[in-house]
Amino acid sequence: MRVAVDATKCAAYGTCVEHAPAVFQLDEWGYASLIGDGTVAPEQEEAVRKATAGCPERAITITD
Amino acid sequence: MTVMTASRLIRAPERLAPARALGTPRLVLPGVQPGVWGLRAELDQGLFARRDVTGLIDQLAEAGLRGRGGAGFPAHVKWRSVADAAGDKVVVANGHEGEPASAKDRWLLVHRPHLVLDGALLAAQATGAGRLVFYVSRADTAAAVAGAIADARAAGLVPAGLRVDIHRAEHTYVAGEETAAIRSINGGPALPLAKPPRPFERGVDDLPTLVSNVETLAHAAWIAAFGAAAFRSAGTAASPGTALFTLNGCAEPGVYEAPLGTSTGDLFGAAGGVAGGYGGLLMGGWFGGLLSGDLAELSCCYDAVRAAGSGLGCGSLTAFGPDVDLVAVAAELGRWFEAESARQCGVCLNGTKAIARTLTQVAGGDEDPKHVENLVRWGTTLTGRGACAFLDGATALARSAATTLHHTRGNDRCE
Repeated sequence: MRVAVDATKCAAYGTCVEHAPAVFQLDEWGYASLIGDGTVAPEQEEAVRKATAGCPERAITITD
Repeated sequence: MTVMTASRLIRAPERLAPARALGTPRLVLPGVQPGVWGLRAELDQGLFARRDVTGLIDQLAEAGLRGRGGAGFPAHVKWRSVADAAGDKVVVANGHEGEPASAKDRWLLVHRPHLVLDGALLAAQATGAGRLVFYVSRADTAAAVAGAIADARAAGLVPAGLRVDIHRAEHTYVAGEETAAIRSINGGPALPLAKPPRPFERGVDDLPTLVSNVETLAHAAWIAAFGAAAFRSAGTAASPGTALFTLNGCAEPGVYEAPLGTSTGDLFGAAGGVAGGYGGLLMGGWFGGLLSGDLAELSCCYDAVRAAGSGLGCGSLTAFGPDVDLVAVAAELGRWFEAESARQCGVCLNGTKAIARTLTQVAGGDEDPKHVENLVRWGTTLTGRGACAFLDGATALARSAATTLHHTRGNDRCE
């Protein structure tokens, strides 16, 4: 699985980090970015699915 | 009372001086003048002769042509990724040039539009595109391209079935970014989009799209006509060929063609020199950060400029004399980034604002060490975070300003 954050959509809700703190991080203004290169480890896939579904701005995309 | 001071930032001159060349020119040929140098002259040079594009992408790989728009990405990789896609494709010749300190694309389109058109037609053929769009922002470049397309059509040089048009966008910096160009051509605002999808996956009309800088297309046409080995006869092994440089802050600013790898000193030497010598340098337009010190020996090729902590970008260089306050330049540039942000990405809006505010405080004499710590942190952690590379220009500025401050505050003196 690969995941991407659309920086134009992220509105700093921070829900992604609540679901998947090993994959997403927030900067000092609360905006999200990926900790790695977007490759999701198998044990993180469920958390990333929850983060994707839970993002109010639909800023997270699972690419494959 | 507000005291207005003159800007320390230098933009490329609005009136173009005649371009000049160091070494054997390929683009800035003697006799090239608008209205004089037309399709006939390009045909006499051997352009438009090649219509069989078999092996052309391999030839671009052999030539080592890298994009001249800013990113320096290998041209053959971009061409091949679109050529390999199924179905219809689109080629966009990007002549927007939103970089304020660059004038080379404008010079090229006004003076040699037919050469760029030859490269764009070859790109359309090699990728299997059914549509070619010239993306420009100025009246003079749009008129020159329209004239060249009309000339080529009249001479039967535009393949039947290829739609060729010109799209004119507003002249902002971000409008020149490739996804902003695609969005504008598709009828939206000229603002960048998040990636993926990348243009070669989905671009104009939702089709795989090759977006290429116009100077890159001119070199591609030159390679198609004269070969990869000839192209490599100038420049360095890793940065082959010549490039168009826009030189500012010197006695004779303007557009200069020179082999990649020419030293900064030789470039500015050909442009009348820099009064008082070198105190600092803006490399890659306003997007490669602010280098301090005497950089006359710096080789203007992709690798050496990257090793110096900057980027060659679009080949625009601005020199500052030794008495120029570089921290004040950085502060003004920081405020320009803040004002010019498209404000689409929260990280860009906040990041450029924080960098501008901190540089302004530092330039005003605030010596709190946390400012330098913040600049270093933003300079590293915010890079690559925006939907486009605009924020990366501000982070390069933050990093380089922190280094400049380190030097100017005497931290590098021997104890």
